[in-house]
Amino acid sequence: MMQPTLKPVLIKPLVFIACLLPLALGIWDGLTDQLGANPIEEITHRTGDWTLRLLLITLAATPARRLFGWSWPLRVRRMLGLYSFFYACLHVLTYFVLDQFFDWGEILKDIIKRPYITIGFTAFVLLIPLAVTSTNAMMRRLGRRWGQLHQLVYVIAVLGVLHYFWLVKADYLLPLIHAAILLALLLVRVRYQRQALSRQRTVSQTP
Amino acid sequence: MLIRRAADIKSSEITDEQIYQGRRAFLRTGSGLALAAAAGAAFPGLMLPREAAARVELLNVNKNPGFSTEESPNSFKDITRYNNFYEFGTGKEDPARHAHSLKTDPWTVRVEGEVEKPADYQLEDLVRESQLEERIYRLRCVEAWSMVIPWVGIPLGTLIKRLKPTSKARYVEFTTLHDPQQMPGQKRAVLDWPYVEGLRMDEAMHPLTLLAVGLYGKVLPNQNGAPIRLVVPWKYGFKSIKSIVRIRFTETMPSTTWNLAGPGEYGFYANVNPEVDHPRWSQNRERRIGEFLKRKTAMFNSYQEQVAGLYAGMDLRRNF
Repeated sequence: MMQPTLKPVLIKPLVFIACLLPLALGIWDGLTDQLGANPIEEITHRTGDWTLRLLLITLAATPARRLFGWSWPLRVRRMLGLYSFFYACLHVLTYFVLDQFFDWGEILKDIIKRPYITIGFTAFVLLIPLAVTSTNAMMRRLGRRWGQLHQLVYVIAVLGVLHYFWLVKADYLLPLIHAAILLALLLVRVRYQRQALSRQRTVSQTP
Repeated sequence: MLIRRAADIKSSEITDEQIYQGRRAFLRTGSGLALAAAAGAAFPGLMLPREAAARVELLNVNKNPGFSTEESPNSFKDITRYNNFYEFGTGKEDPARHAHSLKTDPWTVRVEGEVEKPADYQLEDLVRESQLEERIYRLRCVEAWSMVIPWVGIPLGTLIKRLKPTSKARYVEFTTLHDPQQMPGQKRAVLDWPYVEGLRMDEAMHPLTLLAVGLYGKVLPNQNGAPIRLVVPWKYGFKSIKSIVRIRFTETMPSTTWNLAGPGEYGFYANVNPEVDHPRWSQNRERRIGEFLKRKTAMFNSYQEQVAGLYAGMDLRRNF
């Protein structure tokens, strides 16, 4: 595994820059007219894609340690989660500004009437408290409740994948791949939860 | 050489060429298209892209301003690089990338059902070059984007009259080629292949309904439905079926592909209607490709005056 050769100090800046690449590429494509005939649609899709991808990558940090013994993903997990939120903000802003151009009436109707927008918007709103409470100070202040609050990320991920499913017209391959990855990540957790529980039980049963 | 670039030809030469080549010229330019596409695929570095291939002039095209909008058409690039043609992939740019594998010459269209002259017709026997006309139509996609496109074709009605449907014929059903080798998108069951669409007979006979073989005065690029496609400008784009291989006249309403895929979302009529929302897209506004702000969608895509009569007395909310 590559991990031991990588200098720990480098991990954070490397991940930071890597997460900016989709945005940089998007800006480059925009400036060089490579976003196609419908750039607003393209920007909406790209920012949405990266929100979901980064969310799944964030959720992969714990399983990565459990399965492969990697600990470095845990050190960038918060950054990955915040980047997912960053792309989610760009996604929502693209919709509000570029797509609907501040037509709040139309936006409100969309959010109420169209299930995929209802779900997507809910997921975004739920992300906000997690982003706000991501600082060390907030972690200390909330104590045990911090962990409980951040369990919301599972709900958000499920909503995000559903949002993707519901907006696709006919070809469900990509949403299915995302759903399969999410399911696998959740199953790993369920397994470890069970093992932890049974370990607890054996411990408490020993006289 | 059959590949002629627009810039190289004077209009006087076009006339000569036309008399000289006769009625098969239309198809032979089609084979030139295939040749150029093949060359482009073999030597991509030579910059012989599909755009160059598509720059094959259609001869003898009459402008028909009476049927055309005065709005300015979208660019050739946007029309040919941004469209839905799931037979070549579900991305908007997939058709342009993958449609070169489609072989459009020779092309046979089977005519069957309630019709006096059922037969397998060669394309050039169906579409007579002398009847070609250019019509600039608005196109509105159900996904709430729109374009303005200068088609070249013949009214479907003139062909139907020649084929002589029987008195039993109430609908016309169209089918797209089904060949996963030529249409790689059909290798996956994204839709129930082959693609089928249909019209009521009076819709098919309407003078606005066009069978298109060209775009911007040139042979239709593969990704836009070559060699022959339907254009029904007052309906959502998916009604305008591409690469037609079968025309069947029927007594009963045909089962259409998108209607089967999502009965609650895509109706048989699929008339552009800002009042009736699609569950996924509000239909009262649309984005014209190339414009920033959305514009209001007009009833029947602004062809209300011409086509509203076809639906008199019908509940368009139920018959969406």
